[in-house]
Amino acid sequence: MDLSNVAIVGSFETDLGVVTDRGPMALGVQATLGAIADAGLQASAIDGLITCNSLVTPVMYHAEATAEYAGLTPGHCLSVGTGGGTTYTALRYAAAAIQTGLATTVVVSMADSMRSFMTRDRAMAVQSSSGHPLFEQPYGPTVPAYYALIARAHMDTYGTTEAQFAEAMVSSRAWAHLNPTAQYRERVTVDDVLASKPIADPLKLLDCSIVSDGGAAVVLTTLERARDLPHAPIVLKGYGEGHHYEHISQAKDLTKSAAADSGKAALAGAGIEPADIQLAQLYDCFSPALLIQLEDLGFCEKGTGGEFLASGATRPGGNLPVNTHGGMLSHCHPGNPGAIFGLTEAIRQYRGEAKERQLAHLEHTLLHAQGGIMSSHATVVLGRAN
Amino acid sequence: MAGVDQLDQIFFEGVADGQLRVQQCSDCGAHQFYPRVVCKHCGSEQLKWISASGRGRVASFSVVRRGVSAEFEAPYIVALITLEEGVTMMSHLVDVEPEQVASGMAVRVAFRPVGGADIRPVFLRAEVS
Ligand SMILES: [Zn+2]
Repeated sequence: MDLSNVAIVGSFETDLGVVTDRGPMALGVQATLGAIADAGLQASAIDGLITCNSLVTPVMYHAEATAEYAGLTPGHCLSVGTGGGTTYTALRYAAAAIQTGLATTVVVSMADSMRSFMTRDRAMAVQSSSGHPLFEQPYGPTVPAYYALIARAHMDTYGTTEAQFAEAMVSSRAWAHLNPTAQYRERVTVDDVLASKPIADPLKLLDCSIVSDGGAAVVLTTLERARDLPHAPIVLKGYGEGHHYEHISQAKDLTKSAAADSGKAALAGAGIEPADIQLAQLYDCFSPALLIQLEDLGFCEKGTGGEFLASGATRPGGNLPVNTHGGMLSHCHPGNPGAIFGLTEAIRQYRGEAKERQLAHLEHTLLHAQGGIMSSHATVVLGRAN
Repeated sequence: MAGVDQLDQIFFEGVADGQLRVQQCSDCGAHQFYPRVVCKHCGSEQLKWISASGRGRVASFSVVRRGVSAEFEAPYIVALITLEEGVTMMSHLVDVEPEQVASGMAVRVAFRPVGGADIRPVFLRAEVS
């Protein structure tokens, strides 16, 4: 389906990192209202609100509660259960609502506060609950351990090394160093990553994403309406999803994910090839996730993700800038909403507001997010409106 | 156990009897794990329970250095085990040093308490003749 008659017209990020004065709902409302203002719209123009529930303070009717708090009375409210891939799934459903006439202007808003409003033990328990309740969780797998199973399989199959996985954080910090809003900005070396605390072999602390507080929101409307609004519209050029399994023990292949399906569909929708992408905002919850996405999305051959990362291609000055904000490894990972900052950074890049991180030429951006343990995948291709 | 329905109960009764039970489809012959009301390969509802050989190989593993909770004392080894019957399950590798573990290693089932709780299938390094 042609998606290019839907445009992203507003974007807002709250304070990010360690935010102790506001909880998840307050951050979500701040993001929502901030994005509406950024779009140059009145609150009354919003007739759809899609939010992601909070892991820290889940509520039964999250979008409705967000609307109430913000003083909005949208005609349509939808809460999605989790983040990860659903961040971009929500974007697609917002576009579908606009294309079918269900709504005209929709906000997608997400925030959470895993860092400051949840204990470390509780955060571990909540995150590992993605495992099968009877046949996985009783064995005490942590989320890093799930991804470690994937990392080990990739090492066994393709000879990928721990030093190559470490390159994910090296690249992330090289970008985060240039981003004042990133939670961790200090550059690291491969040796720093290899020497960091063992978490779940072969993964160390610096193979893992950070824990943060923060939120962000975007506003979508028809391209026709977008022409009258302050920012140059950014359009959805392609979208795809892929779902091969939910629980890691049910995966047919630990080293190849349904990102191959979602990426293929999104690129086909946009009518382009991986080589036509100037910016890739990928889901770097753990280093092996990033490495496998680079392969499955077609940026390098299967099995060569380690070499690709080590080549420096994803870093500042490289051929394929990845996560120019610093990603979830360094910038912000509040829980479910981690992927939305990949989108808000892309919008900043399109607007030419990324300062030291600004890319000289940007036509097509690929956004990818996944949920579960490399389980459910969603890919978006963004472009400029003609 | 919370969240265990009658179908799951058959599996856990097997565990209590020292058996590793998996389902086999009477129509297409395929095995599956975890227990389901339909065959995930062909959709048949004609499923029977068999006692698996308990032999398999390590598909992948991780030595967990930072435990999920106080009940799980690190290090412990979480592994995916592919049984001879072709199904894969998550489990623990026990009575083996982390340095001795490798993917592809032959294992056999045992039944031990896991995480200070119920008895569950775990796997030991198997002597391969
Ligand atoms: Zn069957």
